[in-house]
Amino acid sequence: MTGKQDLVESVLAGKRLPLARLLTLVENDAPEGRAALDQLFTHTGRAHLIGVTGSPGSGKSSLVNQIALALRNPTDGKPARSVAIVAVDPTSPFTGGAVLGDRVRMRDLAGDPGIFIRSMASRGALGGLSRATTGVVQALDAAGFDIVLVETVGAGQSEVDIARLAHTTLVIEAPGMGDDIQAIKAGILEIADILVINKADHPGVDSTVRALRAMLELGHPTHHRAAAGSTAVLWIPPVLQTIATKSEGIGELVDAIYRHAAYLHETGAWQLRDRIRLQSELEQLVQLELTARWQDSVSPELLQATLSMIEARQISPYQAAIQLTHPLPEPHSG
Amino acid sequence: MTERKIRVLIAKPGLDGHDRGAKVIARALRDAGMEVIYTGLRQTPEMIAEAALQEDVDAVGISILSGAHMVLVPRVLDLLRANGQDGVRVFVGGIIPENDVPGLIAAGVTAVYGPGTPTTQVVEEITRAVLHPEQA
Ligand SMILES: Nc1nc2c(ncn2[C@@H]2O[C@H](COP(=O)(O)OP(=O)(O)OP(=O)(O)O)[C@@H](O)[C@H]2O)c(=O)[nH]1
Ligand SMILES: [Mg+2]
Repeated sequence: MTGKQDLVESVLAGKRLPLARLLTLVENDAPEGRAALDQLFTHTGRAHLIGVTGSPGSGKSSLVNQIALALRNPTDGKPARSVAIVAVDPTSPFTGGAVLGDRVRMRDLAGDPGIFIRSMASRGALGGLSRATTGVVQALDAAGFDIVLVETVGAGQSEVDIARLAHTTLVIEAPGMGDDIQAIKAGILEIADILVINKADHPGVDSTVRALRAMLELGHPTHHRAAAGSTAVLWIPPVLQTIATKSEGIGELVDAIYRHAAYLHETGAWQLRDRIRLQSELEQLVQLELTARWQDSVSPELLQATLSMIEARQISPYQAAIQLTHPLPEPHSG
Repeated sequence: MTERKIRVLIAKPGLDGHDRGAKVIARALRDAGMEVIYTGLRQTPEMIAEAALQEDVDAVGISILSGAHMVLVPRVLDLLRANGQDGVRVFVGGIIPENDVPGLIAAGVTAVYGPGTPTTQVVEEITRAVLHPEQA
């Protein structure tokens, strides 16, 4: 593995160590990683991207393990799918370190060359999905995995981020949410394509399922209707029950995933989601690039002087921002 | 932007079901700013090497109490090499008889830590071995 070209070719050829190294470069936002992704991008767009979110401890990793097992060992004559798993855990805001423990629940997948598991820390991403996650998912897509499962902690922004990244979003909850159901409802109804009540061996499953179904009937979020000008085809998120630790309900869950993929293809929603995702990625990158250029170009003295004028109420922050960004600076060098 | 984080796999091979020591080290490494991939109990050498590869770690910490270290540890080292991960530093913690330490070091282990080793020492030595491999 000497050069950039070798790295790209090795990844395309399905070599695992070069892929693992590329993922590190992408995570570190290293220039070699970005250059490799530029070349690999033309090979992306094939994988089915599945987001898995939900409350801490609800059983996301255990279910990812079960879903991957089922995809690797289909019982209904479907071909086995290769599966990449990205498991994101939070970085400690105090030390910058992280303990990434999702693999503990995925030991059944060991030794299978059709599986690749990567743990990631959220790093700088404020409560949300690490920015590098997008690049990591692209690399795995280009490497030829049929399905990329992304597990993330269901907290605040990351739920929305995962729904934007994924074709299919699974929201995993445990029974007994009781009164909390009102609180979580708004967020999950917006993003869930499939709702899973895991730990169905715990009490309170039936009432949790009933409450969620009732709420789903009240309102269908707009993106479920956004199918290529048609209002006839509507995806109503199924509410499923599973016991990940006993492999129960997994067949139904995997069926729902396949049905959702078919729905996306038949209605044109697959392309629509692809476009929305790429648009938001483009917008994010333009913002970052322009900010970097501006930071390179603005002189600290001018910045200080302008700040003083704002403090003295001589110009408004808005006027100052216009002045400081005009004309737009040249491309950022590093 | 380029941000270098030390990534360490903490693995617990063997049949004993005791991973308190492994967890203490995992937390100490996290508190030192490292990203620690924790794989849980009863890992085979094959599972450890596979995880080390997928996670592209800089170091592997093997916590071992079962007494099978002279078999399991060299096997992990062989598999890492076979996978092209010669640069990965391997540390062993647990109950290791004094007499076995030279053999483990000769097999390629960077350091062996007995019970009661201060976590600060472990953190320091892993950091040094990863960032300055030429000095180790
Ligand atoms: N009783 C029961 N326990 C389960 C079930 N699924 C998972 N668990 C247990 O719940 C605990 C948490 O499971 P995980 O799969 O780690 O949950 P998670 O959502 O990935 O957790 P975080 O990543 O920490 O948010 C583990 O002890 C599992 O063994 C289930 O269906 N029933
Ligand atoms: Mg998990």
